[in-house]
Amino acid sequence: MTESGAHKHVDAHSGMGTTGHEWDGIRELNTPLPRWWLNILYATIVWAVFYCIAYPAIPLIQSFTPGVLGWSSRQSVNDELASLRAQREPIVAALSQASLDEIAHNPQLRTFAMAQGKAAFANNCAPCHGAGGGGSKGYANLNDDDWLWGGTLEQISATITHGVRADDDLSHAGMMPAFGREGMLDEQQISNVADYVRSLSHLPLPAQANLAAGAAIFSENCAACHGADGHGDMELGAPNLADAIWLYGSDKATIVEGLVNGRGGVMPAWGGRLDATTIKALTIYVHALGGGQ
Amino acid sequence: MTFSASAGSEPGNKTMRPGEMSLLALSILCIFGALFIAGRAYTPEYAFHAYLFAAASLFSSVAVIVRYVRRPAEVPPQMIGGKPNYNYGPIKFGSIAAIFWGIAGFAVGCMIAFELAFPALNLDLPWTSFGRLRPLHTSAVIFAFGGNVLISTSFYVVQRTCRARLAGALSPWFVILGYNLFILLAGTGYLLGITQGKEYAEPEWYADLWLTIVWVVYLLVFLGTIFKRKEPHIYVANWFYLAFILTIAVLHLCNNAAIPISIFSSKSYIVWSGVQDAMIQWWYGHNAVGFFLTAGFLAIMYYFVPKRADRPVYSYRLSIIHFWALIFMYIWAGPHHLHYTALPDWAQTIGMVFSIMLWMPSWGGMINGLMTLSGAWDKLRTDPVLRMMVVSLAFYGMSTFEGPLMSIKVVNSLSHYTDWTIGHVHSGALGWVGYISFGALYCMVPWIWNRSKLYSLRLVEWHFWLSTIGIVLYISSMWVAGILQGLMWRAYTSLGFLEYSFIETVDAMHPYYIIRALGGVLYLVGALIMAWNIYKTIASPEAETELVGQPALAAAE
Repeated sequence: MTESGAHKHVDAHSGMGTTGHEWDGIRELNTPLPRWWLNILYATIVWAVFYCIAYPAIPLIQSFTPGVLGWSSRQSVNDELASLRAQREPIVAALSQASLDEIAHNPQLRTFAMAQGKAAFANNCAPCHGAGGGGSKGYANLNDDDWLWGGTLEQISATITHGVRADDDLSHAGMMPAFGREGMLDEQQISNVADYVRSLSHLPLPAQANLAAGAAIFSENCAACHGADGHGDMELGAPNLADAIWLYGSDKATIVEGLVNGRGGVMPAWGGRLDATTIKALTIYVHALGGGQ
Repeated sequence: MTFSASAGSEPGNKTMRPGEMSLLALSILCIFGALFIAGRAYTPEYAFHAYLFAAASLFSSVAVIVRYVRRPAEVPPQMIGGKPNYNYGPIKFGSIAAIFWGIAGFAVGCMIAFELAFPALNLDLPWTSFGRLRPLHTSAVIFAFGGNVLISTSFYVVQRTCRARLAGALSPWFVILGYNLFILLAGTGYLLGITQGKEYAEPEWYADLWLTIVWVVYLLVFLGTIFKRKEPHIYVANWFYLAFILTIAVLHLCNNAAIPISIFSSKSYIVWSGVQDAMIQWWYGHNAVGFFLTAGFLAIMYYFVPKRADRPVYSYRLSIIHFWALIFMYIWAGPHHLHYTALPDWAQTIGMVFSIMLWMPSWGGMINGLMTLSGAWDKLRTDPVLRMMVVSLAFYGMSTFEGPLMSIKVVNSLSHYTDWTIGHVHSGALGWVGYISFGALYCMVPWIWNRSKLYSLRLVEWHFWLSTIGIVLYISSMWVAGILQGLMWRAYTSLGFLEYSFIETVDAMHPYYIIRALGGVLYLVGALIMAWNIYKTIASPEAETELVGQPALAAAE
């Protein structure tokens, strides 16, 4: 640009002069800045200045300029949460007053509790019990009306609040012992009793199965919790072994694994994590899933 | 490949130069130092890296000796027959390394794209889990592919536009080989589980230290070449390269400031903590985009587009204004990665307004590139290489508009943490960085190997169309997926409760993840076609005279 016009090379196509330099055959035209480009650049700068006046922007020694609109992200999220709370408030108040039975029999409260329960279930329970409450190996299926710890509203509420084998004084306790690992039963006895357990729900058995021996072992070791007929005990969380519903699986290897190492799945106590109304809503929702008792 | 040029040496009165001597001494010292550390390493993974470093040092010692034995006694001349005696050896190595790493990086990208659609494909092995392969993918494409393209093109462009031989004899080789050693340390480290957990800065302290040494030598080689230039002025591409080299050095040093727990351990702790660490990390992260993936590749654009189109650069004034505006504004924009986090509101505002002001400075490069084609638009019909570079500029313009848009807080509240961000990054990465690099490689390979032309322009056409379809599938599926995801996350029922659980939003992504993976496969296939084409070009006989396409050597006016 500093060179005199006489030395400048002019590009034939555009008629524009070059800067007069050339690098490895590359020249540069002296085209002025595109006007629209410059105008938008200026406009964004002006906009930025106004934005910095309106919103928190300039750091000072102890604080920062708050902006004339007085906006802050913390205030903004608090406002959003407050408006959500305000929207839910009337029914939440009614929900917190009502008993579980009243909620279950009041269509408006029940609809609301189901909506809240569904959201709470999705965000807290679904990771283990599945998005639809279908469960998976070791995590109870909540849809099948087969309840380990009881399926009434009160029982479900207690299980959610205090958890299973959780760090809570009222938590459900008791677990299946490790009969094999602890040396209470030997390999053959475990095999026999596993066959017997499978026979309770009429599963196919090997030809050499010794059901009589299995029945004897069962009545000595298992009947105390699972009942003489294997129908389980909800007080102890001992599953019904005769209903063809399996928490871990019905194949012999899985049953043997449980007999050898014992079983004792856990569920957190939600009492300290969720508020009482949310637990009520969850109870209603879970109760509805399995057609509770 | 360096040694072939120096056949016919006279072993008589040859002496080792100080550079050769000191590199040899340092390499031997490094062999023993690395072996010492390997013997006392806390973990076998770290010991493996120490052995790798020892092997590289051994290679370096042997290479210095072999080179000394084979080279002529006198220093390579700066000029031969009035023409600069350009040093293309390291550039050749870097070009091939770029293609190799590019294909590796694209392949790993496809692998993890399929893992996202079908998680069982992680094979339940630690080495193939998403968490380890993802940084392998990003580092392979950004630093291994992109870095080798940047170093090799910068060595080419700075020589040609300064009309001076690359500074240093061993240094350019040290830079390109040392950089690839860094890549090896980084990549094998990720697979073995060595990471400092900072995105795009995963390598641990010792790899970072090694990169620092390599990078300082890179800066010195580049500056040394500029200092001995025969042109009165420094060409715009070199401003951009220099901004890239300098700023990456500063970013690398600040973001990786760490204290290792022991010289015998790969583990270190970053000196920053909490929100300061987050801010430094994204100041680094965003400017890795700004100075590595934008300024560096704009430098490539400023040389290869006018060269290939055989037209003058559209506007010198635009280049100077947009250069300074770009580097001044980019450095402030990092906080937009931390909108609605613990970062103070004022810092978020600064990040956002600078991102908006960055829009036009970014577009300056696109305008200058595209308008350089005025008078040569017809070449787009016949020259797929030029078309690739022009489409690259279009993607550059699109993603540098999308970037400021996504930095606006209300937009960001929808887009942040969604796949929209992934789509945005890939329109820049596959479209802009990938295409301008492919274009430059297609131009440069015949020039540096002195071949009359590429093996096949038809194969370039195939590369262009396959990968363009791939990019379109990739970014459109990620737009839909990202916006869907963002809307699902914030959907409330009429009773005021969240409509969807997180897992439902993950499930909704499945079809888009498959489309994205297929787009990636098309891009990979395109790159494989390029590799074949480049191989056949290099294998073809040498041109007899200097090429028409090769830059002329006219004196400056």
